[in-house]
Amino acid sequence: MSAIRALGPFPGDRAGGEAELAHTCLYYMALMRELEDRIERKLYRQGKIVGGVYVGRGQEAIPVGTALVAGEDDVLLPAHRDMAAFLIRGIPARRILAQYMGRVDGPTHGREGNMHMGDMKLKLVSIISALAATVPVAAGCALALRYQGKSGVAFSYFGDGATSRGDWHEGVNFASVQKLPVVFICNNNQYAYSTPLSAQMACANVADRGPAYNMPAEIVDGNDVFAVHEATVRAAAHARAGLGPYLLECKTFRMTGHSAHDAAHYVPTGMFDEWGKLDPITRCEARMLEKGWASADEFEPLRAAVRQEVDDAVAWAEKSPYPDPATLLDDVYERRE
Amino acid sequence: MSTTYLEAIRQGLWEEMERDPNVFLLGEDIGVYGGAFKVTAGFFEHFGEKRVVDTPISEAAIIGASIGAGLMGLRPVAEMQFADFISCGFDQIVNFAAKCRYRWGASVPMVVRAPSGGGIHGGPYHSQNPEMWFVRTPGLKVVAPATAYDAKGLIKSAIRDNDPVIYFEHKGLYRRIKEDLPAGDYTVPIGQAKVVREGRDLSIITYGAMVWVALDAADTLAEEGASVEVVDLRTLLPLDRETVCASVKKTAKALLLHEDTRTGGMAGELAASISESVFEYLDAPILRVTAPDTPVPYSPPLEDAFLPNAQKVIEKARWLVRY
Ligand SMILES: Cc1ncc(C[n+]2csc(CCOP(=O)(O)OP(=O)(O)O)c2C)c(N)n1
Repeated sequence: MSAIRALGPFPGDRAGGEAELAHTCLYYMALMRELEDRIERKLYRQGKIVGGVYVGRGQEAIPVGTALVAGEDDVLLPAHRDMAAFLIRGIPARRILAQYMGRVDGPTHGREGNMHMGDMKLKLVSIISALAATVPVAAGCALALRYQGKSGVAFSYFGDGATSRGDWHEGVNFASVQKLPVVFICNNNQYAYSTPLSAQMACANVADRGPAYNMPAEIVDGNDVFAVHEATVRAAAHARAGLGPYLLECKTFRMTGHSAHDAAHYVPTGMFDEWGKLDPITRCEARMLEKGWASADEFEPLRAAVRQEVDDAVAWAEKSPYPDPATLLDDVYERRE
Repeated sequence: MSTTYLEAIRQGLWEEMERDPNVFLLGEDIGVYGGAFKVTAGFFEHFGEKRVVDTPISEAAIIGASIGAGLMGLRPVAEMQFADFISCGFDQIVNFAAKCRYRWGASVPMVVRAPSGGGIHGGPYHSQNPEMWFVRTPGLKVVAPATAYDAKGLIKSAIRDNDPVIYFEHKGLYRRIKEDLPAGDYTVPIGQAKVVREGRDLSIITYGAMVWVALDAADTLAEEGASVEVVDLRTLLPLDRETVCASVKKTAKALLLHEDTRTGGMAGELAASISESVFEYLDAPILRVTAPDTPVPYSPPLEDAFLPNAQKVIEKARWLVRY
């Protein structure tokens, strides 16, 4: 495991075998699952999380399979269920926990909560709450990459519901017209808060929106991390080659309410069971066994190591102080001496 | 039976829908789910999908469609899931709805409900008070009730109004305050402030959740022998300058209080109005208590420092009383 944890923030730049990739995927999916379980099912209920909690349980293959393709030149604009993208890009679990707890050692030092964080040194752009607002921003990041003569690609993340916003359409159209290197990554988890897909859009698939922008659009099994990874490699190569943006619609399911306070009574009974059978972590393990990339006795030690990592991270975050109210007015503008 | 602020809004909406078949609701997750804050729980079951429309996540379409429906003679009430997201429909409000009557004589009866305000650890995008984006747009009406009575009376007036009304409802008040409401139909006129506590030594002029902060502060100050008057604006546009100025004329001292940030906030307009009309009655400088000019921070110690509270009001009020 230690080799995997030392991967560093830009795994997309590393050449590695399929087995190594599989282990890496499994590790990050397991870490995201454990971290979010801890946040939603324990720390939130203990009143230790300051604000709302939105998790990506069941959707881990999407941020993992995509973000692992990103290299140092690429820029990521994750959405609110893409915890693993932050982990992969190099924000450690302990700092993410500090963020959720409103502590000073979170990436935003207590100014922001939950998934609202970024770090341009890591080419990681913070979301804002207004859905799809970062889609045109992704086009701008891609424009800058091309302008600067870099081979990087922008990875733009959003949910199915966000594609109803005008900003989404403006951003996608702009990227298409300009043939900008953007990979648009939709987690289609079939619900936007309580709104099912059928009340969100008149087409059956988010990918159906692609042709309107003359943009290739691919439907991917979003619960198969290898399929997501493969499709992302294809999409990124297309974008990098100067052929314009590429849309990946990753079909998945939100295995939870919209947020920690939503019991999701509006989801028809049975859907959780049905999709539970397609759990991306279980499927990854099964594939690893089938391919001989791992033996069954390796998984429990991995889970234990991940639990330990999260235990340590929680302990660290709980020791982090709250921000000093005297800093309230800092950083509205650049500090100048 | 005591009615909460949230229940008062529900009742107002419900009664207007019963009264006028042209009134209908639209917004995200308002139907089957009953709304993010459950303001419209039960409406879909009672009024049906024709009158309670679940929309895609499309604020510009929600507001634009409300304008269209309003132009055609319906009375739409649009819900923003959070006031913060009203920015996504901003152009429709400020450039289309607000200017229709003046430009081409068309009525746009439309209400946009905007759950606003901090103190719920919502961070920068679930806590804002964006009223001033609209208060400086002629053609709109902007209301911000502080009590259950006004919440119900103003939603009714807003629905019956033939001009577009932005209705700010403070999330922190939803379940926190209650009062007994009259049984029958009543409205609260748009454009009228109200003296909610009479006093002689100082006027605190405020609105929304800060009315309760002002009343708290006034209680403490009363124990110290200071008699504080509290004016609740209730409507921010058109502004009831007469009630404000009459109060200041009487007490000779004004403390302006709002939860919104400082620069370009309501207090600036109030201060200018007071000095234009009743300068010669003033015995002290006009002071402000507001949030500072920063986004709304998430972590509790930062948010506590950000939000105005009774203590901050008391300090400034004491200074004014002694002046
Ligand atoms: C412009 C805007 N309107 C409303 C909201 C409130 N909201 C937050 S998440 C959400 C549902 C998002 O659905 P989707 O884009 O499919 O992403 P998912 O949560 O399913 O991953 C809504 C309505 C918001 N954040 N932004």
